[in-house]
Amino acid sequence: MDYYLKLLSFGPDGWGDELLAGAWITISIALATVPFGLALGLAVALAKRSRSPVLRALSTLYTTIFRGVPELLTLYVIYFGFQMLLQKLWTALGFTSNLEISPFLAGMVALGVVLAAFSAEVWLGALNSIQKGQREAAAALGLTKWQAFRLVVFPQLMRVALPGLGNNWMVLLKETSLVSVITLQDTMFIATRANVVTKEPFLFFGVAALIYLAFSVVSTWGFGKLEARANRGHIVHGAAR
Amino acid sequence: MKWCEWPGHVIGLEVLEKYGCRMADGLGLTLYLVGFTFTLGLIIGLALAVAKLRSNRIVSALIHGYTTFFRGTPLLVQLFLVYYGLGAFRLFWQELNMWWFFREPLYCCLFAFTLNTAAYQAEIFRGAIQALPPGQAEAARALGMRPTAIFLKVEMPQAMIIALRPLGNELIVMIKASALASLVTLFDLMGATRLAFARSFDLSIYLVAALIYLMLVEIIRRLWDLLEARLTRHLVLR
Repeated sequence: MDYYLKLLSFGPDGWGDELLAGAWITISIALATVPFGLALGLAVALAKRSRSPVLRALSTLYTTIFRGVPELLTLYVIYFGFQMLLQKLWTALGFTSNLEISPFLAGMVALGVVLAAFSAEVWLGALNSIQKGQREAAAALGLTKWQAFRLVVFPQLMRVALPGLGNNWMVLLKETSLVSVITLQDTMFIATRANVVTKEPFLFFGVAALIYLAFSVVSTWGFGKLEARANRGHIVHGAAR
Repeated sequence: MKWCEWPGHVIGLEVLEKYGCRMADGLGLTLYLVGFTFTLGLIIGLALAVAKLRSNRIVSALIHGYTTFFRGTPLLVQLFLVYYGLGAFRLFWQELNMWWFFREPLYCCLFAFTLNTAAYQAEIFRGAIQALPPGQAEAARALGMRPTAIFLKVEMPQAMIIALRPLGNELIVMIKASALASLVTLFDLMGATRLAFARSFDLSIYLVAALIYLMLVEIIRRLWDLLEARLTRHLVLR
């Protein structure tokens, strides 16, 4: 038992501080992905409702692709593809050195485009739940289209979209474990390395699992609070059940 | 020329011609992984859902713990926990004559995937059964039906209709998640693709793999639409 505690201790002999740093990377990449992914998702959802058939077709193509392709594959294509593309540009510009893109950025972009595809469906459902009268009333008040969206539609959108976005967040949190395969030093990466050094896979992958589990449990609780807050002005039907 | 070399030959993609047969084998393994684990997960998930709703508090709490763990942690962690973690207790498994199981990456993969999808499917079935109006079971009881008959003939057929959509989504999630098998040395579709890329440095092989995955997902989606139309043909929708 002492041996295991020592392995998990903070300091030069233990992996406690490394695991904590890994957990921090996990949270950082998940949080860094959210603004980009959700904003892109909302844009895709608006494109799906647009009057232009080209925009509609493109946005449908986008969600079909990124919802249907394994996240691992998306990650590889973006990581290696970007690398190759940038290297070509770099060489074409006359530089001879090797270029490496940051795994954090590649991971963020890959997770972000996937999050955008899934959240677009949530946004779309929420947009559809807002009655036409709201927009018409805003137009009658002389608001521009952008003002109507920002001041009238968007505040109502969040309330309906929140449960779906909560699910998106939980999925994202777990998907961040994939970035370890492109050498980003997240929880999973540290656990793998600790296993290689100490030959204690059950301990370290177990601890990694508990770290993710803790994040999930805290998120579930947090979203419950957020939903309660978003619904404070509404009577939720069936709440008594 | 073998049949699996044809697609690459026809579209003039050298890497696909060269690795076409490996890709086809990989696709086979992906389908096997998903088909096997999803079906087994269906049976276990249904059993867990019923057990959670119909048994005492201790059993429900245990099942709740199981579903929380497997839904709250990444599949990758679960896979490594089984493959590396359980695989490390070699002497223990040899004692139990189970070493042949935990030695093989394929069995570890099947094991981890099944546990994972069973947890998700258990929650889908629990939700579906609980979504039924209580009047259904009450009416059946008033007619003098036995509990087993109520469950099999009244509750199950209706719950399955509610569960159908989420089950389809879970199947799609599993198809995509099966790509993780490539990280424990298996040559599923993703594994074969990674091998082809590592040897050829031709990125287009990844795009071919993406197209194959997309096609699988699209087929499931269409199939599920047909299935839903068939199962709900007695209901007046809209």
